[in-house]
Formats: sequence, C-alpha cells, structure tokens
Amino acid sequence: MMSDKTIIQEGHEIPAAFTREELDWLNWLEPLAESNLTDRHWAGLVDKARSKSSYFMLLVHDPDILKSRTLADKDIFYNTKTGLPRAERELSAAVTSRYNGCIYCCSVHARFAAQFSKRAGDIERLLEEGTKTDIDPRWNAIIAASVALTSTPSAFGEEQIKDLRVAGLDDTEISDVIHGAAFFNWANRLMLSLGEPAATMDPK
Amino acid sequence: MSDRDIVDLLAGIVPGSKLDAIRRARPQTRDNIQASYEALFAPQDEGAVPLIERLALAVFVAGLHRAEAEHAFYQKNLVDAGADVGLVKAISHAAETNMAEGPKGAYPPGPLSQEDTPPPIWALAADVASLLGLRLAAAFRHAHMLVYHPRDASRQDLDVLLAAGWTTSAIVTFSQIVAFLSFQLRVVAGLRVLTKSTASRTAA
Repeated sequence: MMSDKTIIQEGHEIPAAFTREELDWLNWLEPLAESNLTDRHWAGLVDKARSKSSYFMLLVHDPDILKSRTLADKDIFYNTKTGLPRAERELSAAVTSRYNGCIYCCSVHARFAAQFSKRAGDIERLLEEGTKTDIDPRWNAIIAASVALTSTPSAFGEEQIKDLRVAGLDDTEISDVIHGAAFFNWANRLMLSLGEPAATMDPK
Repeated sequence: MSDRDIVDLLAGIVPGSKLDAIRRARPQTRDNIQASYEALFAPQDEGAVPLIERLALAVFVAGLHRAEAEHAFYQKNLVDAGADVGLVKAISHAAETNMAEGPKGAYPPGPLSQEDTPPPIWALAADVASLLGLRLAAAFRHAHMLVYHPRDASRQDLDVLLAAGWTTSAIVTFSQIVAFLSFQLRVVAGLRVLTKSTASRTAA
C-alpha cells in the first residue's frame, strides 16, 4: 500500500553553500517501487536506469508528464546540432538555479558548465559571488537574460535581447537561452519542494 | 503540420515566421512542451487531481506571474470546464491580494544567510478561503510559495498538503503543474519578446 506520509531524512550533512561537488538528493515522499511499475510507468521514465533514482521514481507517480518533460529536457540541453553550445545552455541552467536558490540543481549544472566550457574558475565565481558577478560580455549577457526571465514577474525584454545580440548570439541561440533558463524554473521547483540535498558521504 | 501549438498562440508566433522556423527545427522540444501541457490539462485520466483543480491552479499561478494573456487563456478553459462564478472570483481575489515578487527566501544557516530575503506574506480572506475549500486553499498557499520563494519549501509544507487531503500521487501532479507553468509562462514571455524584436528587425 502506498504511504501518504512524509519521510523524515536524518543523519546527513546539509550543504549550506553552492558547490560543484556531487550531492545526494533525499526524497520527502514515497517513490513507487520497481515492482509496481506498469508499461506506462516505464515509458514515463524514458531511460530504464532512471528506476534507480528516488527523484524519478517519485515523479513517475504521474508517468505521462514525466515522459514529456524528460524528452523536452533532453532536447533542450543535448540537441546541439544547431544553436548554443552545451556549455552555455548549462550556464543558463546553473545561473537560474543559483538565482532561485536550488543548491542541488546548481551543483549538477555548475559541474557540467565548468566541464563543457573548461572555465571552472568563472563558474566558481558565479557560485561564490552570485548572479551579479562580472565575467565577460557574452557570459554576462547570458547570465543577465537568465536572471531577468527567472524573476517573477518576468523582467525579460528588449534590453536583454539587444545585449545577447551584441554578444554575438543569433535568434536560435537566444531561443536556447530562453528554453534553458525557463526549463530550470521547472526543475528547481520540483527539486526544492519534494526533497532536500545532502552532502555525499566520503568513502573511507 | 502547420498547426499552431499553445506556445505559438500565447507568444504570438505565426506560421512562416522566423520564430516558427526556429521552433520547428527542434521538433522534440516543440512536441514535448505541447505534450506536457496536454498531460497536465487534457489528461488521459484525471487521476488524483480533477481537471477543475488543475485549471484553478493554472489561473492562480498565471495571475501571480502577472501573465495577462496566459491568465485569460487558463481562465477561459476553467470556465469552459464548468467552474462556477464564485470559484473564478475567489481565485482572482486570492491572486490579487497576494501579489509579490520573486525569487525570495532563506538558505540553510551559514555563509548564504546574508542572501536571505523575507518571504512574501500569504493571507486569504475568510470568505475567499471558504469558497476555495480546504483542499484548494492549502494548494494555493503552497503554489504561492513555489512561485515566489521556492527555496523555503520544507517537508512540513508537504504535511500541510497531506492534511488537506492531497495524497502523495496528487502532490506529484500538483507540483508538476506549478513547476510546468513556471516554465511555460517563461518560454512564452521570452519568445514573445524575441518574436516581436525579430519582426521589427526584418521590417527595418
């Protein structure tokens, strides 16, 4: 029987700063068990390996939205045949997570942004100084656009578009910044409200 | 093939325009944003969250974002789904009296505490709360937090939802609705500005 109770997660170290280290994520509600999955649930997970993740096994309670969300996510970030390089899509994800305050999401996408751009120092400054940091005109424009779009109500307008164009982005690339930042407004809210981050145990 | 989807309609993207071509060059993204919308607002089965509640949440969340066209769109769908006038008025009142800005909220105590900002106040007039009912009033309180100060979300907030009659599975769907809208409203806001800007450049 499904339990409609929250789960108290104890005994872990709560990360209190933004980091590029790997973190765990601990769920507050009960995920489905693998033995309960129907074909529709498996389709919702998209990748079979996601049945090992408590996050996706919690979201698979509603398999249809999980499936379309996952497919949109993969295309927004991984389809780089045209448009913005992966590094800068990850930058928009990391900035959005930094601004909303999702320490878990930020850790994952700061790591990717640093890896794909090979600019770990610049990403480190974003984490330490926040979204007001001053990096270079192109990254500053992507950061400012992601922040403007993440603000409620939206502060995204002509000014951000102009700055992105001056920084060399074409319309496809600007659309990629919009999708990357918008998508993390989705992801951050799930990660922040259905569980909590935890520092991974050092293997001793 | 030439059909406009919901994002096109809301953002004012017309067939044959530059933005239309940019969106169609990424069919997996375009199709799955639409599929996400349908999974939540035209579900195969309503499951643990009736359609009226889904649309009521959408109207409320679009209202909190000051997203006028999207608010009108979801409100029309809510009325078409058979919501009574009292509920529609109660939603408007709840949004108008709780309008704020985001993202705000607190971090775990530590170096980030200097970035803490006080959360917006949440309050419902007694008659509005009674029109919404216990279940929807609890959902609106939670949605207000997810919209404006998601980093304040805690396990105890889920206990409040469970106590108001939301099951684990319903909370997953509910969270996806608010998080998806946080995405969709931003994609639309961003593409609306971009499509206008592109059209005026082409005309010049």
